[in-house]
Amino acid sequence: MDILAVDLMLGLEKLLLIGAIISFSLLVAMYTTYGERKIAAWMQDRRGPNRAGPYGLLQPAADGLKLFFKEEIIPLSSNKMLFVLGPALAMITAMLTSAVIPWGGYIEVFGKQVSLQIADVNIGILYIFGVVSLGVYGIMIGGWSSNNKFSLLAAVRGASQIISYELAMGLSLIALLMMTGTLSLKTIVAQQMEGGWNIIYQPLGFLIFLICVFAECNRTPFDLPEAENELNFGYHQEYSSMKLGLYLFAEYVNMFISSAVMATLFFGGYDIPFVNETQLISSIGVNLTALLGFVALFSKILFFLFLFIWVRWTIPRFRYDQLMDLGWKKLIPLALANMIITAVVLLWLNK
Amino acid sequence: MELLTKRAKVLEQKPMSFMEKLYLPAILKGMAITFSHMFKKKATIHYPEEKRPFSPVFRGLHVLNRDEEGRENCTACGLCAVACPAEAITMEAAERQTNEEHLYREEKYAAKYEINMLRCIFCGLCEEACPKDAIYMSETFAPSNFTRKGFIYSKEELLIPNPITDREKFDIAKGLREAQTKKN
Repeated sequence: MDILAVDLMLGLEKLLLIGAIISFSLLVAMYTTYGERKIAAWMQDRRGPNRAGPYGLLQPAADGLKLFFKEEIIPLSSNKMLFVLGPALAMITAMLTSAVIPWGGYIEVFGKQVSLQIADVNIGILYIFGVVSLGVYGIMIGGWSSNNKFSLLAAVRGASQIISYELAMGLSLIALLMMTGTLSLKTIVAQQMEGGWNIIYQPLGFLIFLICVFAECNRTPFDLPEAENELNFGYHQEYSSMKLGLYLFAEYVNMFISSAVMATLFFGGYDIPFVNETQLISSIGVNLTALLGFVALFSKILFFLFLFIWVRWTIPRFRYDQLMDLGWKKLIPLALANMIITAVVLLWLNK
Repeated sequence: MELLTKRAKVLEQKPMSFMEKLYLPAILKGMAITFSHMFKKKATIHYPEEKRPFSPVFRGLHVLNRDEEGRENCTACGLCAVACPAEAITMEAAERQTNEEHLYREEKYAAKYEINMLRCIFCGLCEEACPKDAIYMSETFAPSNFTRKGFIYSKEELLIPNPITDREKFDIAKGLREAQTKKN
């Protein structure tokens, strides 16, 4: 009976955590759309949405409601099952990655230690890679089942783009993993708390990873799958109502989660810069420290979100051959070189 | 090759240097530019709350004028219709009856006076042509409408509010114009 009771508590705890993290990521994604529009406006010397609520803060809610109440059209010639599956898959894969990210240290509730990570899998990074590569199915299925040549073109583009950039992304991370010697994100963060952030040791690896993340999220300059002016909206052209909303939303959730991954892998995760956490715990308690750690992580994430938006409104889209050229001929050799140099340096240091 | 003019410049097509091939410096430069734009003066205004001031010579919707006693100035002479290059103005004249002295300033008046705002080019020639100061152009523009018919403005829509029955609105209509003309 005892074992059952403990398991139930654990289950409840994880369930609450999952609920909190999912609703939080959705909320952040909602307001990223607002931030995107506002920052785009400011960068173009405009004012941005300012009608719904003070400073237009209710704009994302209005957009969401609009999408919900629009007529839902499923094209006659489409494959209906796949047509519905596409956006669902895009959203699910976007959310799944959040499971292995440590959102903070641990908190104490009723004398019980609760870790702020849904699952501390010892192959955390592998899991992320696995789920991220599933993300391409959302695009592929959406583009295929629409039975529209533009959507199909976009889906093919998206698939080849994501596959090409995943290679460089993995290679750039191998160098990082050789340094840390673990795949668990929690351990990587703990190591960074002691030994300084990974960005200091792996600047090139971070750069490659950042570029690949832009490509994985289909953000400008790599937004070829949606290319409005060439493919009139690409793989989600036939979608309407909330199915379209899910696609658009999944992109922002993806951005949020990849920002969290970048912050965790290279920028110390929930590590508060220039502060010794163990001392902080003894002075202000566990829960406050965890909160501060989460705030630190969140501000890092916000910076990356801003970077995503900033880059989008600065550079134009790559041509398709340029995209492939960059991925295969520039990033992969660079990542390989980075990997080999890291290996050599590590071996030399250990000797 | 012989150049056609002295100003012609031969385009130099050098291969890109290493720094240029990296792209990142150029991208960072571009990002610095977009970032600086975030703090620049906005080109747009909060429209319904804030409005841009009209220029003093702005020519908007026409107004048919009345004098201080509320009598219409227009005598239906037709000069505005003649002056109008877009042929937007039509009118029908009528003779003032003995009991209508409080309505019309002179013996002849416009029984019907229509301006087609879809034809009008807002050139202001009608205003210049009018010998009686009966028509002038205000500082509003024609609001949108669902039908073409709605853009043919009748005399009732064009007339300034009567200063005797609705002094305030008359003053607003007049006052704006006076404030604007004083500025010049």
